[in-house]
Amino acid sequence: MKVKSGCVRRVFYSWIVFCTVGGLYGFWHMSLNACEQRKESLISMCDERARMLQDQFNVSMNHIQAMSILIKTFHHNMNPSSIDQSTFARYTERTAFERPLTSGVAYAVRVLHSERGQFERQQGWTIKNMNTLHPSPAQQEYAPVIFAQDTISHVISLDVLSGKEDRENVLRARESAKGVLTAPFRLLKTNRLGVILTFAVYKRILPSNATPYQRIQATDGYLGGVFDVESLVEKLLQQLASEQAVIVNVYDTTNNTHPIVMYGSNVSGDSFSYVSTLNFGDPLRKHEMHCRFKQKQPWPWLAFNTCVGGFVICVLLGYIFYATWNRVVKAEEDRDEMTELKKRAEAADIAKSQFLATVSHEIRTPMNGVLGMLHMLMDTDLDVTQQEYVRTAQGSGKALVSLINEVLDQAKIEAGKLELEASLFDLRALLDDVSSLFSEKSQAKGIELAVYVSDEVPEVLIGDPGRFRQIITNLMGNSIKFTEKGHIYVTIHVVEEVVHSIEIDKELGLEDSNNVSVSGFPVADSRRSWEGFKAFSQVGPLGSFSSDADLINLIVSVEDTGEGIPLEAQSRIFTPFMQVGPSVSRRHGGTGIGLSISKCLVGLMNGEIGFVSLPKIGSTFTFTALFTNACNNHHQSNPPSSEFQGMTALLIDPRPARAKVCRYHMQRLGIRIQVVSDLSQGLSTITEGNQIINIVLIEQQVWDRDSCMSSGFVDSTSRVHDGVAPKLFILVNSNACLGETSGTSNPRVIIKPLRASMLAASLQRAMGVSCRNGEVPASLSLGHLLGGKKILIVDDNGVNRTVAAGALKKYGADVVCVSSGKEAISKLKPPHDFDACFMDIQMPEMDGFEATKKIREMERCGRSKRDGFVDNLSKWDVPILAMTADVIQATHEECVRRGMDGYVSKPFEAEQLYREVSRFFHS
Amino acid sequence: MDVLQLQRKLREHQAAMIREGFLDDQFSQLQKLQDESSPDFVIEVVKMFFDDSENLLNNMTRALGQVPVDFKQVDAHVHQYKGSSASVGAARVKNVCATFRNFCEAQNLEGCVRCLQQLQHEYSLLKNNLQYLFRLQEEIQAAGGSIPTIE
Repeated sequence: MKVKSGCVRRVFYSWIVFCTVGGLYGFWHMSLNACEQRKESLISMCDERARMLQDQFNVSMNHIQAMSILIKTFHHNMNPSSIDQSTFARYTERTAFERPLTSGVAYAVRVLHSERGQFERQQGWTIKNMNTLHPSPAQQEYAPVIFAQDTISHVISLDVLSGKEDRENVLRARESAKGVLTAPFRLLKTNRLGVILTFAVYKRILPSNATPYQRIQATDGYLGGVFDVESLVEKLLQQLASEQAVIVNVYDTTNNTHPIVMYGSNVSGDSFSYVSTLNFGDPLRKHEMHCRFKQKQPWPWLAFNTCVGGFVICVLLGYIFYATWNRVVKAEEDRDEMTELKKRAEAADIAKSQFLATVSHEIRTPMNGVLGMLHMLMDTDLDVTQQEYVRTAQGSGKALVSLINEVLDQAKIEAGKLELEASLFDLRALLDDVSSLFSEKSQAKGIELAVYVSDEVPEVLIGDPGRFRQIITNLMGNSIKFTEKGHIYVTIHVVEEVVHSIEIDKELGLEDSNNVSVSGFPVADSRRSWEGFKAFSQVGPLGSFSSDADLINLIVSVEDTGEGIPLEAQSRIFTPFMQVGPSVSRRHGGTGIGLSISKCLVGLMNGEIGFVSLPKIGSTFTFTALFTNACNNHHQSNPPSSEFQGMTALLIDPRPARAKVCRYHMQRLGIRIQVVSDLSQGLSTITEGNQIINIVLIEQQVWDRDSCMSSGFVDSTSRVHDGVAPKLFILVNSNACLGETSGTSNPRVIIKPLRASMLAASLQRAMGVSCRNGEVPASLSLGHLLGGKKILIVDDNGVNRTVAAGALKKYGADVVCVSSGKEAISKLKPPHDFDACFMDIQMPEMDGFEATKKIREMERCGRSKRDGFVDNLSKWDVPILAMTADVIQATHEECVRRGMDGYVSKPFEAEQLYREVSRFFHS
Repeated sequence: MDVLQLQRKLREHQAAMIREGFLDDQFSQLQKLQDESSPDFVIEVVKMFFDDSENLLNNMTRALGQVPVDFKQVDAHVHQYKGSSASVGAARVKNVCATFRNFCEAQNLEGCVRCLQQLQHEYSLLKNNLQYLFRLQEEIQAAGGSIPTIE
């Protein structure tokens, strides 16, 4: 970048230089142009003047020539002459306008010396020398002036041949028979510069090829005109405009080296001058006109301004480009820097997460030691105070471990390492578990805890039950923390169902219908918590979901009537480590990390989470999560135990929302249920109805309210139906509330939260339904799954081996035991006889991973050999499950990585065993 | 003695053992595994566990007596022992094993020795209790009663 920037600077500087050069060139070019134009105008002006001068001169000359013919005709050819001096003077005076350039005209005749005497007598004067003005000395011939215009009458009788200039002129004129000019000289009298034009007058018309001698002989006289050049030119120039701008000089350049000035001054002017040649008809004489401008060439302002302007514009443009480029470069540099910083920040973030993960993991190990030791310490002989201390320490330790687990989760999520399991689970059982977990607290607080799962939700789902449970536990934990009265209500629906219900509500205009909540307290409207969910906005008007039928989108909401979240804290509720306020964490503990983790987990389940919370009224958290449907016909729900099948229960509860929960749990047991709102109605249903009522469930609220009636109710119910009296139960929220319900025949009490198993147990106890086999449903299924399967157990520990074998045998499996990895390999030579193998990981000599590796290799070889006909794939791929005592976090991934199919913990837990085994044995 | 009395004694004893943490749920699970096809399943397993325990405790004592101590070796023994104890549901033994392993990992000889002593102590307590339990069972069977199951 630096190089580039320098390069750009160089380009910019060279651009400036280029502009300068260009400007100078333009200036030079333009001023040259101007100069040329000036020159051209000077040339044209000069030529114009020269032509005019020449024309006028020619006009005068022609006239003088005409006069020479006049004189020849009327003076020489007539005898006596019809012209005398006065005639000539008058004539010339009158025709002076024809010769604007002449100041005077005179005529001299050729007089030979022999004729002098006669001539002088004839004229009455002697011929005078021109210079001396005395009678001329004797000469070969003379040319005395006989006629002259009045302006120059003083030249009469002067011998023209005596003047140097005149003589030369006269001689040349008669030889050439043309008009001849003298060199300019100072005129007599006026003392101004002038020239004399001389024409010869011949006795007869000469042929054009006459010799000079013939011409001399034929000469009669000479006509001369005086041209006052100075005044002549001046007059001429005055006629023209712009006379002031141009200085005109006229030179006689017959002698090249010494030009004679005919007109003009030596006023200094422009250095440039133009020369036009003048042709006055005398081939011997050469004249030139020199023109110059009076003023020097002015500074070419126009060119200068134009060029400077252009230069400035170009430089500015260049600067704009330069500045822009610099900006761009700067922005790019900044961006690169930002990218670098961002990378570093991200790296730091990852490092932080890794650090957290590592540290948390490392803390857990010694904490296990601490907790173990504390546990041991508790078993020793301690007094009461010491026991209290140890219990506190243990409690703190457990809290610390759970906190570390949370931080570890958070770190894993941030590091993107958290992966969801995909295993079968029963959602309803899971919720029963969770509500049992919170039952103690809710009972202690007297809060009603209710769970409702819609019938649309399939029995068995595939997903990550642990994480799902974590989310629900988290939300419920929060709710229970902040709720002192009222209820906590967990509902699970399929999204489609909710959408339809909204539409129906809208159609019926029931949107605002104030449904009474489970506990009767007002609640935050859960609908507002999922306003922003994408799952809803995607739904078309018919509520048709495009996703395939196997995917189940669940919507779970947890509603409480707690103190609610302050409005100012609502925006950062999902930010890690954020709590509503410091006082809250002091009062309730916790790290404030739970909701953040929940949000991430929901995100991993392709769902969304949202909430609505009204201070002093309560909060409702809602999330969606995507699961796979495990059973195809999800409408057919099998009740877990069939002993109550076909029974009918009567529920006395005025509140429909609460009744719905109860109905759900009873239906799970296969019991039909009728709902009435008070005792008298209930009584009439029992006594008058045509249906046998086996069970009567009464809400504590009803029981307390109608306590006066209750004993009567008990009595009357006990008498109906031929002694098969329905059993009475009261549904209560906590033990404590039940103090006052006195009476001799107190009905049994069921403490909420309602769970299927707990309900079943209570009903069994009360009704004496024989409980032949207390097996949990899972074990039934296990027996179903494992029955007749041949399973190999590999464990070096004899005790473990025996126990595992015993457990699997119990489920009907055919078990073979071996005590080392090597033996396992020899037993597991493909094609396999065994349906599955449970293998200990830590064994001497050859551990479980190594043995698995060997077995997998053998399977590969075998498969490739028998490539052509693979009769039964399962014979070539035996499921191997790790058995392990310590359930560390990475074990599942580790096992899969090492070629195993999963793991089960030792000692076997039925649920986990079922989960793992079910993946292989699809019955 | 009266069969009923014996049965009550047995129930109480076993409940006490669970309450005091000697045994956990796994032991009840084991008892559930015992049926007509394997009437002595629990006793067999526990006998096996006793043999195993004595072997392992000896091995541990020997391993800890060596100079320098091979903590890996000790850890392997403790691991074995932890597995066995978990299988029979000997909760307290199992817990001590967990702590023991932490000390092994930290190569803390003093802690290891203390744990070993504790293990021996716990083992002898457990053995006595279990032997008493089995004796009661035998007496009940001898008296023609059935062994009550414990929920």
